[in-house]
Amino acid sequence: MMTRTPEPATEHTFYLNLGPQHPSTHGVLRLFVKLDGEYVMEVDPIIGYGHRGHEKMAESHFYEQFLPNTPRMDYLSGMLFNHAYVAAVEKMAGIKAPPRAEYIRVICAELNRVASHLMWLGAYLMDLGGVTPFFYAFDDRENILDILDRVSGSRLTYNYCRFGGVARDIDDIFIEATRDFVKRLRGRWKDYNNLVTKNVIFIHRTRDVGVIDKDLALRFGCTGPVLRGAGVPYDVRKAEPYSVYGEMDFDIPTGDNGDAFDRYMVRLLEMEQSLRIIEQALDRLPDGPVTTPTPRKVRPPKGDYYFAAETARGALGYYIVSDGSECPYRLKVRVPSYGNLQTLTEILPGTLVADTICILGSIDIVVPEIDR
Amino acid sequence: MNAVWHYLAGTLGPDLTRIILGLVGILVLVQLNAVFLVWLERKVAGHIQARLGPMEVGPHGILQTIVDGVKLVSKELITPRHVDRKLYVLAPIVVFLPAMVGLVVVPFSRHLQVRDLNVGLLLIFAFSSFNVLAILMGGWAANNKYSLMGAIRSVAQNVAYEIPLLLTVVSVLLWSGSLRMSTIVNSQAHVWNVVFMPVAALIFMICATAETNRAPFDIPEAESELVGGFHTEYSGMRFALFFLAEYSNIFIEAAVATTLFFGGWRGPLLPGVVWFFLKTYALIFVVMWVRWTFPRLRFDQLMNFCWKILIPAALIHLVVYAGILELVR
Amino acid sequence: MSSEDLKRALEKIVEPSSVHARDYERNGCLLEIGAEPGQLPAIARAARDAGFFLEFITAVDFADGPVAVYQFNECETISRTQVKVQLAREESLPSIGSVYDAALWYEREVFDLFGIRFDNHPDLRRLLLPEDADFHPLLKEYGKVHAFRSARDIYDDQDA
Repeated sequence: MMTRTPEPATEHTFYLNLGPQHPSTHGVLRLFVKLDGEYVMEVDPIIGYGHRGHEKMAESHFYEQFLPNTPRMDYLSGMLFNHAYVAAVEKMAGIKAPPRAEYIRVICAELNRVASHLMWLGAYLMDLGGVTPFFYAFDDRENILDILDRVSGSRLTYNYCRFGGVARDIDDIFIEATRDFVKRLRGRWKDYNNLVTKNVIFIHRTRDVGVIDKDLALRFGCTGPVLRGAGVPYDVRKAEPYSVYGEMDFDIPTGDNGDAFDRYMVRLLEMEQSLRIIEQALDRLPDGPVTTPTPRKVRPPKGDYYFAAETARGALGYYIVSDGSECPYRLKVRVPSYGNLQTLTEILPGTLVADTICILGSIDIVVPEIDR
Repeated sequence: MNAVWHYLAGTLGPDLTRIILGLVGILVLVQLNAVFLVWLERKVAGHIQARLGPMEVGPHGILQTIVDGVKLVSKELITPRHVDRKLYVLAPIVVFLPAMVGLVVVPFSRHLQVRDLNVGLLLIFAFSSFNVLAILMGGWAANNKYSLMGAIRSVAQNVAYEIPLLLTVVSVLLWSGSLRMSTIVNSQAHVWNVVFMPVAALIFMICATAETNRAPFDIPEAESELVGGFHTEYSGMRFALFFLAEYSNIFIEAAVATTLFFGGWRGPLLPGVVWFFLKTYALIFVVMWVRWTFPRLRFDQLMNFCWKILIPAALIHLVVYAGILELVR
Repeated sequence: MSSEDLKRALEKIVEPSSVHARDYERNGCLLEIGAEPGQLPAIARAARDAGFFLEFITAVDFADGPVAVYQFNECETISRTQVKVQLAREESLPSIGSVYDAALWYEREVFDLFGIRFDNHPDLRRLLLPEDADFHPLLKEYGKVHAFRSARDIYDDQDA
């Protein structure tokens, strides 16, 4: 990550580093902004502080050994990354997971999506100055973490899916706890709407701020709530259904303007849709085994494959080139925050510094997935 | 008590004794108040956020502030190399001036008032402007872009919000007819001012929140945007002084609001002092409640709110009220 | 606005023999194009006019030189299209940053990790590695793994 030599500042402009250590940059991100008083003239996001070389690691690890790496890229959607990787390799190798495992994967993935959105909600409002919703959101999120902790052993970086199924079966306590959680969170929407959605100051801070319209979003390859907030109903779970999403009945919420408020509403409504999916999956959960026998070392046939999934932030993709051996020849992870963050270079200039934080938060990036 | 008073009055003279005792009393009050308010804020914040707040140190965490104070005092006083030393050291001290001086004229009860100046109200508002000076000193002296931006915003905000504050106070003065604090309280003998000028009271509370840099007007110290605003470069006891001064300012603003709008120390049955503190702390509780409920306003929205909404509202209120008073009298 | 439109547009730019359909169920991709470096800006423009967005740009290092992979996708139908460009060592590619803004960072990343230069890129500097790094990590000659293969070895056997 190289910095340009800045042009000499005039008497009105100066350069400011937002980050890499900053309470609101959601990871180690450095925004090198050129300010004219309170207005942003140019912004250069500098990333790479968290580059750990996952893609290089993949080339010297067996497919099974790469499993723990997957949730550590986007730690807030760990289960979703894990699920997508396992589904990708299963498709390559022609392994089919039993139905019960697929339903369990979908339940855990949707729980993870809700947890990620709750975390985003709390952090976003804290950036705007309202500390209280942070605690409410985290209180709800703790329930999810406890549920997933019981079955997978981790609170954040889940390594629960295995080739051919999941690591462990779920029990009645899990099912009951999940149903209770769904009921509890549904009861909380009223509180969130009263405290946040109808809050005059919140509306003033987010309406018409950080407008990403459809054209801009497509030019930058944005996906997820950023694209849906702009009005495009593109969701990989509907466009290219994987696992058992094809059997589920859910809607895709979209916004009209593509401003920060629309993206907030999209995420809020998406949580409700996730709850619907969880309920349907719990109702239809079949009995049976949770694993199928798979070879100890998976050796997918030669060729290149692409698998797309929908994480909390947008469309995730695994591009795997296999040479027939037990290690991938090349593994490329296409992360949604990559394009989402790039939009900053176009929408930030001309806004106030205070809006910088608001816009950055509304895009919902997790920097480690960009850095890999 | 009487014996002590007579002895001191005999040696030093009654005026001087009264001044000394009063100042000592104010110092004690300001410190005790700061300690209490820090604890109250943490408890209020905790309960609003569905958690308990400090519980460990002392019953329900009452001694938490004292323990935190000891910790802060024990920290090294770091003075960064490139700061303007005189201003850097002076700023946290100057920021206490408004509260200390203001409390000289606030009537805590019928007789408990250090000095009943005939321009008492004017004194309070004159010295409340030192708040701005102290913040500007702190932000400038720290020699840091973040601090400077915080200081600049604070100056603009405080100067702007003083105008509607004073306009509403003028409405009160039209009724009481005097700047003397005890007269203002006595003019509310039958009914509190808030009953027939609620709009003025509301505007006053909003401006008071803005003057003391409390959320939703806490842009100058916005943590998530400018790291720490004007007090980014302060640590240890100097930071604690800014922090405590903010609580002292809240106290003086609430005390003035109580005196102007809520009847001061007047109230049935209980002694005046008790009523005064009850009312003041009720207002402070509302200020805290607002802080933990609302996100922060953006700076230009804040300034728009003041210039385009509050000032016209205060002006209209003043004119209408003056008219009504003329008709009534 | 579908893969059919794009296919027709691309057949005008590259040789029709380099355009082949893939098995979407197996590979996740509908269409694959083999292209020459010079054809890339035209391909990108065709994709943009057909309403596609850029999913990613990456490269895969082989013994005879890296293969750059561009992937385009569309929101309304399943129409994922891959463009593969076989490069020689030290060969550079034209940048498509003027067509797709998203390409700017993807190209910086490919330069950073593989050393492939992009002509006419407005700001080609490293993205992920420190500015003073003097190596390109994802090349097969760097690091633990030297599992050089040739591109034909992998790509010709697929879909078999």
